[in-house]
Amino acid sequence: MTTTTTSTDLVIEARGLVKRYGHVVALDHTDFEIRQGEVLAVIGDNGAGKSSLIQCLAGAVQPDEGTILIEGEPTRFGSPVDARRRGIETVFQSLAVCPALDIWNNIYLGRELRRKGVLGSVFRMLDKKRMREESLEIMSQLGLQTLQNIDQSVETLSGGQRQGVAVARAAAFGSKVVILDEPTAALGVKESGQVVKLIKDIKARGIPVILISHNMPQIWEVADRVHVQRLGRRVALVETGQIEMSDAVALMVGAKRPAELGIEG
Amino acid sequence: MVTKTAPATTGLVEIESKLGPIQWIERKMLSRPLIGPIAVLILAVIVFSIVSPNFGTLNNFSLILQQVQVVAMLGIAQTLIILTAGIDLSVAAVMLLSQVAMGKFAVAMGIPVGLALILGLLVGVACGLVNGLVVTMLNIPPFIATLGTLSIFYALNIFISAGESVPYADVPPLFNFLGTGFRVFETTFTYGQVLTILMFLLFAYILRSTAWGTRIYAVGDNLEAARLAGIRVNRVILSVYVVAGLIIGVTSWLLIGRIGSISPTAGVSYNLASITAVVIGGTSLFGGRGRIMGTLLGALIVGVFSSGLSLAGFDNLWQEFTIGILIIGAVAVDQRLRKIGR
Repeated sequence: MTTTTTSTDLVIEARGLVKRYGHVVALDHTDFEIRQGEVLAVIGDNGAGKSSLIQCLAGAVQPDEGTILIEGEPTRFGSPVDARRRGIETVFQSLAVCPALDIWNNIYLGRELRRKGVLGSVFRMLDKKRMREESLEIMSQLGLQTLQNIDQSVETLSGGQRQGVAVARAAAFGSKVVILDEPTAALGVKESGQVVKLIKDIKARGIPVILISHNMPQIWEVADRVHVQRLGRRVALVETGQIEMSDAVALMVGAKRPAELGIEG
Repeated sequence: MVTKTAPATTGLVEIESKLGPIQWIERKMLSRPLIGPIAVLILAVIVFSIVSPNFGTLNNFSLILQQVQVVAMLGIAQTLIILTAGIDLSVAAVMLLSQVAMGKFAVAMGIPVGLALILGLLVGVACGLVNGLVVTMLNIPPFIATLGTLSIFYALNIFISAGESVPYADVPPLFNFLGTGFRVFETTFTYGQVLTILMFLLFAYILRSTAWGTRIYAVGDNLEAARLAGIRVNRVILSVYVVAGLIIGVTSWLLIGRIGSISPTAGVSYNLASITAVVIGGTSLFGGRGRIMGTLLGALIVGVFSSGLSLAGFDNLWQEFTIGILIIGAVAVDQRLRKIGR
């Protein structure tokens, strides 16, 4: 059964999002909501509009119609920077890290810290010591101390460790929501497990997570609710405890309809 | 924390491979990119000193620095641009245009010399701005954009100077200043050398310790990642071309001091030479990797080889030959190091 939520409980709410690319309607009046402190999985077949939905929430794309409310306030994001300013951090599928740069450099990319006083304002000197220390702190808070050295360049890390850096960055700066777009898509079993653990750690710190994934067992392991996206709309929003994996997949591909399972669309 | 699991009963064992000597060197070079150029330079100096007794003198080293300083300073501008995964084929043309403009302002138009110098620098900045706008606004790849502006700037240079040089006698002392020498340790050094080294130190600092420097690397390494991190990539790229233009303006002042006159044709070969210095110095043509000191080392390496081969009695053509090998060697090493990072 879908649960009703009062609007003060919702971190992000979207109503009636529409996004068209020429003749293609990627989002056809999609609704969306995520509550405080929950892990919400977004599943859907290719072409269902998952990417477009996430891009709207992350500020990478502007919806043609519809409203997005952040903690009850209607908001328009002109760019990913706007979304970040409101505390929404996204780990895109391509990871968006710079391989040649160090770990701490990547974590603080675009938000570099400067030294206090004259050194910082006149000479624009970076406060590398502080950035290094904080990066180490950020990484260890998520249990990623296995790295040799915060000065390692990201390209010397394994896939799972790189994912760790990207997720750690989002978790560190994401004060409201962390969005993970297919975080385990390119990873092996062991490394996927590390990412699942990261998600649990983020949740333990009270930050809600939007997780887009095709990996059903992981979703059922870590998510509280599932948002099923199909043909540009949300067809179901169910607690993972209230629905079978196979039924969720059936909803996703259209083999079953919500009404058949006794849930509202 | 990662807990070590005991080997499974199937007998699968994690093999911790020991790094062989080559891999160890490669790892080191990945983290300290100046090792390669430093090693080559030291080796070359040692070998040439042994072969020719005249080589290893302070006098000769000062001479070498004077010979490469113009290319080296152009190399600073080129390094900044190449780090953003761009390239500038017009650096020499901008230098000539800026220099010729300085001469025109001071000599033909009678503008006060100090002001003429500054105006010449601004000509460099304007050219850099043009390059930057063509690349960012018209979305033309830097190679092609600067190939075009190379011809445009060079033509303007010939037009303004009417193809004529300003002879030494007519060049104001301020313009020649960087060619003035001073004696230390019984050797002659020039103020131009001092300025060159100071410029390198300045830009080494800027690249290492400012946000602008970090963003230059980010833009060259992964443009999308930089954009998604909120960096205004077009602004960064544009600013790099503009700053490069300023550096080239300063280089034209250096050139006048070096040659003594203002010539519209001296220095055309510096386009490729600046790229050579950058590449031999370990900076990657694909962007995102390299150190500005590497460019100084690259220029010095070329100078050392030229001087050493010449003193050892080799024809000029062998200098060219060696430089070609150095370039290919440097890029081959860069390709190999990039493979490790995958």
